[in-house]
Amino acid sequence: MDLKELYRDVILDHNRNPRNFGRVDPADAHADGHNPLCGDRLTVSLRMNGDLIEDVRFDGKGCAISTASASMMTEAVKGKSRNAVADLFGKVHSVLTQQDAAADPALGKLAALTGVREFPARVKCATLCWHTLNAALDRGTATVSTE
Amino acid sequence: MATPSPARPMKPLASSASFDAERVRRDFPILERSINGRPLVYLDSAASSQRPIAVLRAIETYETHSHANVHRGVHALSQAATEAFEGARERVRQFINARSTREIVFVRGTTEAINLVAQAYGRPRFKPGDEILITGLEHHANIVPWQMLCEQTGCTLKVAPIDSRGELVLDDCLRLLSPRTALVAVAQVSNALGTVLPVKRIVDAAHAVGAVVLVDGAQAIPHSEVDVRGLGCDFYAFSGHKMYGPTGIGVLYGREQLLTAMPPWQGGGDMILTVSFEQTTYNDLPWKFEAGTPNISGAVGLAAAMDYIEGLGIANIAAHEQKLLALATTQLERIPGLKIIGTAAHKAAVVSFTLEGVHPHDLGTILDHEGVAIRTGHHCAMPVMTFFGIPATARASFGCYNTDKDIAALVAALGKAREVFG
Repeated sequence: MDLKELYRDVILDHNRNPRNFGRVDPADAHADGHNPLCGDRLTVSLRMNGDLIEDVRFDGKGCAISTASASMMTEAVKGKSRNAVADLFGKVHSVLTQQDAAADPALGKLAALTGVREFPARVKCATLCWHTLNAALDRGTATVSTE
Repeated sequence: MATPSPARPMKPLASSASFDAERVRRDFPILERSINGRPLVYLDSAASSQRPIAVLRAIETYETHSHANVHRGVHALSQAATEAFEGARERVRQFINARSTREIVFVRGTTEAINLVAQAYGRPRFKPGDEILITGLEHHANIVPWQMLCEQTGCTLKVAPIDSRGELVLDDCLRLLSPRTALVAVAQVSNALGTVLPVKRIVDAAHAVGAVVLVDGAQAIPHSEVDVRGLGCDFYAFSGHKMYGPTGIGVLYGREQLLTAMPPWQGGGDMILTVSFEQTTYNDLPWKFEAGTPNISGAVGLAAAMDYIEGLGIANIAAHEQKLLALATTQLERIPGLKIIGTAAHKAAVVSFTLEGVHPHDLGTILDHEGVAIRTGHHCAMPVMTFFGIPATARASFGCYNTDKDIAALVAALGKAREVFG
C-alpha cells in the first residue's frame, strides 16, 4: 500500500481546485448525498437537454477522495446520455471494487481512482457523488446515503 | 477532576514519578503489533481502550475453569460462575462507592444503561410538559434515547448550550432548570472534545428543583476516581471497554429507591421469582433488570480491569495522562494550520483537531499508514460538530499506556500528511 497510489497528483489537483463546483441554476434536478461515516455531504445539480446532461455541478464538503471524485465525475459526464453515464459508473465501480480490474481506457482521468481499492474504508468516499448523480437523474430531487 | 467525597476520603496523590508508562505498556500485548510495517501507536482509547494481560487472563481463567450459567443449578460450576459474577458486582460497587450491590445493574454498555433509564424510569412517569435537560456536548447515546422518550410521552427535550471553547455555559444550564425539569442527563466528560463538566454542581442544582440526574460516565471513569455517593447522582452509566475491560459489558448504577420503584425493562429468565400464565412476580434488585443469561465473563473481565486500574492508581493514571495532554496540546499548536477544537480549562485525555487543507478522513488514512491509530469523524456527537461548523475532526485520545514517543509519532505523521497534501 503506497499513499501515492491513493493520493495521485490528479486527485490532489481536483481536491485543491474542484471543477464545476457550485450549483446549476436553474436546475432540472438535484440530489443530496450523505456519508454518515465521515459526515460528508454533497449536492449534485444538473440541467438536461433531452436525454443529455447539458450542465452538471456539485458542492458540499468532503475529503480529498470524495471531492476529487465528484470533480472528475462532473467533467466526465457533461454532454453524456443517461445510458452512457450508467455505463461509465459501471466501469468506475469495477476499478474501485475489483482487485484485478484493469482501468478501461474510456475512464480517462477517472482511472486515477484505481488506487482507492487498496483502501476499502475509502471506497464509499469515491462512490458518493455517483450515487448522488444517479438519484438526481432518477428522481429529480432526493437524498441518498452511502449506508 | 475527582470529586472529594464525604463517604470516602481522598487518597493522597502518589508521586507520578512512580508511574512507569514503559512498564505499563508491557501489560498490553496488542501494543507489540505493527501496523503497515510500523509499530502501532494507539491513540484511540476514547473509542475503545486496549486490555491488559490481567484482564485477558481473568476471562480465560473463568472460561477455562468456572463457566456455567449463573443463578441456576446446584452443581459446582454453576455456583462458581455465580460467585464470579456476583463477586464482580461487589467489585464494581466498591469501585464506584455505591451503597449496595442492589444498585449495580450489569448491562451491555453505557448506551443500554441510558436506554434502560429512559424506558423504565422515564416512560411510565413523564408526561407532556415535563422536560429533560441535556447539554450540547452529549454523545448520541445520551441524546437519541431521550428523543425517543419525548416521542413516546410528549415530554420536551431542552439543551444547555456550549461556548466556543467547548465549555458548558453553566449559567444558562442552571437557568434551564425549573420545576418542569424531570430529568437531567449529562456527560461527565465530553467524548468529542474532552471537556470535563461540573457535574457535581449540576446534580445539586437539579436536585434543588426536584429533578433526577443521570451521569454518562463512559469517558470519565477511565480517567478519574468516581464516587457516586459523593457525586450524589441518581443514575451513573459506564462501559467496560473504555476502562481496559471487555466490550459488551457495562454498568448502570441507580439509587436503590429509584430502581425499586421502576418496572422491569426487559422480561425473561433470571428477572423473575415466579411465573404462571396468570401472573409473574419479579426478582429482587438488581436481577429485576437483568433478563436472560448475562455476560458473565465480561463482568469478570470488568472486575479485573478495575483491579488493574487500582493497582496503577487512578490518580497516577490521571496525572500521567494530563502530562501527555499538555505535551500534545503544546506540540500540536505549533503545527501551522492546525486548530484544536475544544479548549476547555479542564479536559480529560482527548485532543480533537482539524488541519487546514486536509480533511480529517484523509488524515485518518495517512496516519494509519504511519501506524498511528486515531479516530476521525463526528465521534457520535454530530451536534458538537454542527456547533463548530465542521463536518468532522481528528481526535487523539490517551490512556495509561501512551508515552511521549506516541505524541512524537503523531506529530511526525501529521508532517507526513502535510507533505502529501502540500
